[in-house]
Amino acid sequence: MGTAELIWNGVAALLVLCIYSFLYKDNPFYKFAEHLVVGVSAGYFAMILYYNAFLPKLIHPIRDGKFWYIIPGILGLLMWARFSKKWQWLSRPTLGFVIGSGAGLAIPLYLQNYVIRQLSATMLPVGFTSWPLITNVMIIIMVFCSLTYFYFSKQHKGAFGVAATFGIWTLMVGFGAGFGMTVMGRVALLAERVVFLRDYFAELWGALF
Amino acid sequence: MTFYERMMNLDRRWVYLVIGVVVVVTAIWSFAVPLYVTPEARSVYDFVESLVPGEVLMIGVDYAPEVMAELHPMSYAITRQCFAKDVKLLLCCLHQNGPGMVEQVIAQVAEEYGKVNGVDYVYLGYKPYPGITILAMGQNFRIPFPEDYYGTPLDSLPMMRNMTNFDNVKAIINISGGSGTEYWINYANGRYNAKLAIGVTGVMTADYYPFLQSGQIFGLIGGMKGAAEYEYLAERGGYISREKGQLWASKSMPIQTTTHIVIILFIVIGNVGYFMSKRKK
Repeated sequence: MGTAELIWNGVAALLVLCIYSFLYKDNPFYKFAEHLVVGVSAGYFAMILYYNAFLPKLIHPIRDGKFWYIIPGILGLLMWARFSKKWQWLSRPTLGFVIGSGAGLAIPLYLQNYVIRQLSATMLPVGFTSWPLITNVMIIIMVFCSLTYFYFSKQHKGAFGVAATFGIWTLMVGFGAGFGMTVMGRVALLAERVVFLRDYFAELWGALF
Repeated sequence: MTFYERMMNLDRRWVYLVIGVVVVVTAIWSFAVPLYVTPEARSVYDFVESLVPGEVLMIGVDYAPEVMAELHPMSYAITRQCFAKDVKLLLCCLHQNGPGMVEQVIAQVAEEYGKVNGVDYVYLGYKPYPGITILAMGQNFRIPFPEDYYGTPLDSLPMMRNMTNFDNVKAIINISGGSGTEYWINYANGRYNAKLAIGVTGVMTADYYPFLQSGQIFGLIGGMKGAAEYEYLAERGGYISREKGQLWASKSMPIQTTTHIVIILFIVIGNVGYFMSKRKK
């Protein structure tokens, strides 16, 4: 590790410690690091958008004589009217265009991929002769019972109540798996930072002594 | 206040302190942990392994530095495996803070394997609005990306001469720390039927198992554990080396193991406290 890398990694190590100091209580070091992250991210994002979208998708085409690009440019400018109470109505055509085209693009595909494909994935061959066939039975029962829980037009009593109760247990297992994965993800981030600090301080020790 | 009530009202900073001590001690005195490779991670590795030299794999790298601990090891391992096998790579980024992530991986690994930009790999760069960008790439890569990340027109790059859209790539691997995966499933797989695998953060993993079961994705690398599994396979395949410090996720697995044990203990203690204090009442 060269001197420059040692210094910059030292800054990174210091900022990591500033952020983790929040675990004890809120303090000015944490606030400084937090604001630095927000500021740097926003600035980086602005520049990335400027060079990867604003220039090549608007300014360069207009410069090259494609003057119809002025129309989406004007629609984009109208969005700034939302900051004024008097003129915010001007942004409605742009919002309408964005919502209309977005919904048109998304609804058929979301329906296909998130509902129909998922539904067809529960229509499975069943049996008790092999493990995959047994898991298929489990999937079908759990989907059915989970859907039963969300049927509110009939009281959850008797056989229907048993199915609904099993449905809520199924949902709890799902939430548990999600929570477990979340813990694993958060611990992973902590582990990597600690390994970074360990390696940095080992390098620093080697450089100084 | 009874013992059980005290357990219930334990200051959370004690929990942080215990976890902190365990993490630091494990980081200093590390040890090897056994690793079980899940079928969903193995299927991604096996697919890349089945590619022959000259074929093109697309990697959508959609994450920012805050989740690089989990996702960067996946990007490195897959890129190294591809370059070692002379598989060509087409990369793009649909996360606003992610372009630097791709550049870091591709620049380092290309140098290791002597790969040339435009010949062995192409980095398309970043464009906003992932859904629209993926839909446009499905027609022609040149619609959203007339030039690559470095400003070179795509038509002048040798690798892109016979490349039009997703039909010309063997598969797409999306490595994502946010909603990017949804767009790839919905538009690349749903609209264009592109073969898709994903690498996601631990937090996201549970949400995407239904897509694995439905066959919309053929593989899933979940979080740092998934990355460590991929590194394990790549190390056994001879694509990465522990001696060269190329196993990144695997280094953190002992910490994950000990921390999880501590968290489980705290959950047990909390539950015992809850039920015992309830019984007293």
